[in-house]
Amino acid sequence: MSEATATVGAVPTPVAYDEDIVKKLFIATVFWGVIGFVAGLYIALQLAFPVLNLGLEWTTFGRLRPVHTSGVVFAFGGNALIATSLYVVQRTCRATLFGGRALAGFVFWGYQAVIVLAALGYVLGITQGKEYAEPEWYVDILLTVVWVAYLVVFAGTLFKRKEPHIYVANWFFLAFILTVAMLHVVNALAVPVSLTGAKSYVVWAGVQDALTQWWYGHNAVGFFLTAGFLGIMYYFIPKQANRPIYSYRLSIVHFWSLIFLYIWAGPHHLHYTALPDWAQTLGMVFSVVLWMPSWGGMVNGIMTLSGAWDKLRTDPVLRFLITSMAFYGMSTFEGPAMSIKAVNSLSHYTDWTIGHVHSGALGWVAFVSFGALYNLAPKLWKRERLYSMRLVTYHFWTATIGIVLYITSMWISGIMQGLMWRAYDSLGFLQYSFIETVEAMHPYYVIRSLGGVLFVVGSLIMVYNLWKTARGEIRSEDVYEEAPGTAPAGAGS
Amino acid sequence: MDLSALTEAVRPMWVVWLVILFGGIVFWAFRPKNKKRFEKNGEIPFADDE
Repeated sequence: MSEATATVGAVPTPVAYDEDIVKKLFIATVFWGVIGFVAGLYIALQLAFPVLNLGLEWTTFGRLRPVHTSGVVFAFGGNALIATSLYVVQRTCRATLFGGRALAGFVFWGYQAVIVLAALGYVLGITQGKEYAEPEWYVDILLTVVWVAYLVVFAGTLFKRKEPHIYVANWFFLAFILTVAMLHVVNALAVPVSLTGAKSYVVWAGVQDALTQWWYGHNAVGFFLTAGFLGIMYYFIPKQANRPIYSYRLSIVHFWSLIFLYIWAGPHHLHYTALPDWAQTLGMVFSVVLWMPSWGGMVNGIMTLSGAWDKLRTDPVLRFLITSMAFYGMSTFEGPAMSIKAVNSLSHYTDWTIGHVHSGALGWVAFVSFGALYNLAPKLWKRERLYSMRLVTYHFWTATIGIVLYITSMWISGIMQGLMWRAYDSLGFLQYSFIETVEAMHPYYVIRSLGGVLFVVGSLIMVYNLWKTARGEIRSEDVYEEAPGTAPAGAGS
Repeated sequence: MDLSALTEAVRPMWVVWLVILFGGIVFWAFRPKNKKRFEKNGEIPFADDE
């Protein structure tokens, strides 16, 4: 670090990074995050207590669920990815953003417009009916334009870099941007009924439509929720731990193996359907093989702390980042297992899938984002440190207990649901009616909602902490011990 | 042999070509000669102005 400062010191003009746009995206991330989490909690409560549908078409589960999924994935996750990628690409290329403030501003406001238009459509019943790709054609076109502008800003910054090598985090970000563009354009190809109406028909039909949809859907997981957030991991874990990544060479193999394998895994969403059997098996095999790069990446992230494990005790921000890798490892172990046909015949269409998704979405995606937000806040607002490290710890434990309640209740509920569906009596009739499975799941739906309450409370603790940090306040509290042996007494270990 | 004939001859073996390509990437990444260079690249996050 001192060497770099010395070389920069020789040049009188340091790079003027565009942090204004990162700040805007940071605020949008937190704002949409809370909305998306609350929407998720509300629909979880609707499943436990159907009266909360309120008897109005706009507030039914079917319309609010895409508000939640798009809210957390594309609004919270998307803004977190754009914010961190535009921050990281400037820092690791030592270059300011290509296209200047105007183009970056267009990406920001354009993306927020996409979110608002999509959410309004869902509530009003305007939908393409494709999971995670619900927005109608007019939003799809706007998103395509905004996304190309984002690619121009990001890739343009890479082109004008002063650092000869492109740091691995940027490879992941670039793969995320390019692949999402391809997935979105192909999956959303549709013919509008009229230029003044919202309704359109997708060009794909039948099993081709199903496969295109899950080629899109699973790679949204692979390239939006995995590759993009791995870009965050490869920059923010080394930064927060103040140590380089465990093995840069492993990160190269991690990147290319993920890129080679992920795109083939989509068919595991269509086991035992009209999709040809060989295609189902292909999807299953590639999903199982994916276990290796996923764990390679997890090892790389966690082992960065090798020799400095005490930091986990003294730095709650790092604890968020490292725990996110543990959840990444756990959900990428569970995912391949669930893609095996025999397991899938039990798990598919049950709550087990919902539990699996949330161990990845809450434990991995949200936690690595929280870690990055806590790391960024003092830097963006030029503060000495966060308002409170204790509050980060409270956020960590509240959210972690919330996630554990969520995923364990969904494991039990989902496996029970699957077993009840396939139970036969001695005469060969189905043993349970559908409503009996719903009744049996009710207690677990309540526990899941409780997990959601804790996760939302944790996020509100974060909002308070970040707000105070931005204002430049510092809470008077016991500091965490710096290092074992040198710690002052009474630091609360 | 024209280009389309070559494409047709090569295409059925795509898995083999990709495995060879990937093997090449692994060799390149873990080649002892490249060790120092990649370790230096891992330091890039610490090279900014702060």
